Amino acid sequence: MRYDQARWTEDEDRYEPLLAEKRSTTVDVGGTESALPEDLTRESLTLPDLSEPELTRHYTRLSAMNYGIENGPFPLGSCTMKYNPSFTEDVAALPSASVHPDRSKASVQGTLELLYRLQEYLGRIGGMDAVTLQPPAGAAGEFTGILIAKAYHENNGNDRTEVIVPDSAHGTNFASAALAGYDVVSLPGGEDGRVDLDALTAAVGDDTAALMLTNPNTLGLFERDITEIADIVHDAGGLLYYDGANLNALLGRARPGDMGFDVMHYNVHKTFATPHGGGGPGAGPVGVTEELTEFLPEPRVRRTDEHGNGFELFTPERSIGRVHGYQGNWLVLLKAYAYIARLGDVGLRDASAKAVLNANYLASQIEYDVPFGPFHHEFVASATNDAADIAKRMLDYGVHPPTTKWPEAVEQALMTEPTEIENRRTLDQLAKAFNAVTAEDEAMIETAPQRTAARRIDQATAARTPRLSWQALDEHDEQ
Amino acid sequence: MTNHDTGSPFAPHTPSETAAMLAAVGVDSEEELFDIPEDVLFDGEFGITRQSEQSVIEETAELLGENDDLTEFLGRGHYDHYVPSWVDHIADRSEFLTSYTQYQPEIAQGFLQALFEYQSILVELTGLPVANCSMYDAATALGEAATLTSRVRAATGETVLVPELLDARRRDVVENYVSGTELNVESYPMDDGNADLTALERRMDEDVALLYAETPTVRGTIEEQLSELGRLAHAADALFCLGTDIVALALLEEPASVGADIVVGEAGSLGLPMSYGMGLGLFACRERFLRQVPGRLVGASNDATDRRAYTLTLQTREQHIRRERATSNICTNQAWVALRTAMCIASHGPDGLVELANDCVTGARELADGLDAIDGVTAPVHDRHHFREFIARVRDAPDVRKRLETRGFAVHAIDDHHLQVCTTETNADERDRLCTAMEEVV
Repeated sequence: MRYDQARWTEDEDRYEPLLAEKRSTTVDVGGTESALPEDLTRESLTLPDLSEPELTRHYTRLSAMNYGIENGPFPLGSCTMKYNPSFTEDVAALPSASVHPDRSKASVQGTLELLYRLQEYLGRIGGMDAVTLQPPAGAAGEFTGILIAKAYHENNGNDRTEVIVPDSAHGTNFASAALAGYDVVSLPGGEDGRVDLDALTAAVGDDTAALMLTNPNTLGLFERDITEIADIVHDAGGLLYYDGANLNALLGRARPGDMGFDVMHYNVHKTFATPHGGGGPGAGPVGVTEELTEFLPEPRVRRTDEHGNGFELFTPERSIGRVHGYQGNWLVLLKAYAYIARLGDVGLRDASAKAVLNANYLASQIEYDVPFGPFHHEFVASATNDAADIAKRMLDYGVHPPTTKWPEAVEQALMTEPTEIENRRTLDQLAKAFNAVTAEDEAMIETAPQRTAARRIDQATAARTPRLSWQALDEHDEQ
Repeated sequence: MTNHDTGSPFAPHTPSETAAMLAAVGVDSEEELFDIPEDVLFDGEFGITRQSEQSVIEETAELLGENDDLTEFLGRGHYDHYVPSWVDHIADRSEFLTSYTQYQPEIAQGFLQALFEYQSILVELTGLPVANCSMYDAATALGEAATLTSRVRAATGETVLVPELLDARRRDVVENYVSGTELNVESYPMDDGNADLTALERRMDEDVALLYAETPTVRGTIEEQLSELGRLAHAADALFCLGTDIVALALLEEPASVGADIVVGEAGSLGLPMSYGMGLGLFACRERFLRQVPGRLVGASNDATDRRAYTLTLQTREQHIRRERATSNICTNQAWVALRTAMCIASHGPDGLVELANDCVTGARELADGLDAIDGVTAPVHDRHHFREFIARVRDAPDVRKRLETRGFAVHAIDDHHLQVCTTETNADERDRLCTAMEEVV
């Protein structure tokens, strides 16, 4: 398959001009027409000044220069881009969904019930006793989970200082643990791509607050020794944290709670198909076992009485407080609820089955070294050329490339996650793109992409002389 | 036929396709692909009934229909402004809505340019040269400002000084963000809704690492001594962080001109409908913190044909490269909300945005005057200029709040004797009716 992405240019500029380059106006702000005395106002304001048709065309042109899941496959490993059904947008757009967070509980019973139901559903799916919906992203969920672990240890009089993270884990794990004030201990991977039990035993100790683990891990491998891993961590007095990035592979087949995990986050924008709008918003609910429940952030939702009449927000007894100003990304959570209700038990289970089938099928069709296996919903192929170059060339084939050069355990890694939404024909096209690219000559690969809105972008210059606004652009152009 | 009834409605596999793919992989069933030890296999049910699309929409509409249809006069950091219809339609284009982080910039120029424009608009509004692509909300943006301070602060200061009236939720978030640093959070007194400069001057010493002030404040008052606050902070070698709001920025003193080193605040009030607290944190700062900025940055560069092009940049600060040494753990942010906010601002234009901000001042003044004319109500309580919201004193605030609710209005009771009332253009037509209802219930 060949691909040509739309590109908009103006004759004199060779690019779609910025809003400010099309037209902008400076207005006086203070003065007689101001509602405030002059010493409380700014002097002037300069902003783009365009008509609605000019704006709708500008943004429509920008949309045409952007690739989304409805344009074609998006097998970005660990990021799980799958179809975001439109009907969930209709649910989120219901006027009655639009409420202020300071409304009285009596006046938002519908909202509270939906939050309660989502808490319940996520708890059952993860095998967790209680769930908070507050964290506005996966990494915010990690931070929340680690703060909960910290509160638990402190409450038990333990001053533990370390969090262990496998070196193949998501970068957010390290950053979240550090943000919570922990020293991060990196755990090298074993020869089979999984946790090395001896290395883990050597790493844990009285200082261990938690081990953060993704299962299946970032190589797409199920940590078969999970029960032993849980025992080692628990015996040392630590907690086991589950990174939900790869929960797609387990729906209905295994639950973090049953595997011995004490705390986990869910990525609703991955597992439950809520759109990820160019990098967010997402939502990162956190689930915990019974003994950690009292530390959850406030507010949580519960039934007002045992007869199930009504719902209310409340603060858990030893709550860590808040990780978001209000109740998190409600509209995203609402879409996740709608998606889960649409699929139900059978649909969730089948989504996992097909995601795993697609990963294994695609891995079998590409002429790359794909170490380890069997794979859950993603695999990591090893490119013979530079993985970043391969990725650029794949763009010309109308596919978004896999995640590149990570995890580091695999040389020139192409971390690939086709998800359940691709049919065999698309997977074959993807495989063809993978295979065709490696057969091409180096000059072709190094000058790719040819058919996208922009050709290869000079990222080194962007970092060396940062120009982060149109104001900086003007200064630069004047030099 | 695909498995619309028995499987995921979004998995396209026909039974024969599934069989062929299993054969290609070399297994007999999907179950064989799951490499899960027996002792952790789950064989239960979630008990979640599968529903049709129509049924899900109807059921959620019915549930949400249980929310009372109230006219909201609520604020306290979360504000309702009209979103032009075209913004919904164009932002919902799937190329925006269903895309991921722009790790491959050549195929994501549209979103990158839109985010570059959002950053530029913040630079214009704040006067500061660096703005990021978004934080989750105002509270987390303030938390990130504090952790930035911990990385760049002068050797001794360990205190983040915040207003004593700071919204408890915001303070709570900041406390969590600094829990992994050496910093601690303390408050300074306020005087009639604004910072108490005399008390603050006494408090300032080299122990202060960050001085935080807000305008408008949590009570809707406009801070009148911003330059003095900035001077106090800098005289103590502390950073000055100003918390504000995307609409207020169009009218109130430019943060750079009052000495702000960092500006944080809420930007989702332009771009999002009322969303039960979902937001967009704005973050801008001085050039010297560039390599310590949390979150994502879009920069301009050139492509191989020397055309201008945009890319995520300075990624060596970020968690996926620097891991535990990253400037923050943020990965997913609020990019799509930032897109919508930029669209809204462009839709208003400079005149429209300034007019909207002026209306926030006059609207609050008119409504306060209207309520003040009622026997038993004093408004505004603070003798200040207000932006969108103000405090009204009544004899029994919780009771008045409750009785207003039965008449179709939502206001906030902050304690036994004080209501907080917020107005924007979205409830402007209901201000008179609120006053009438208030007259009946006080």
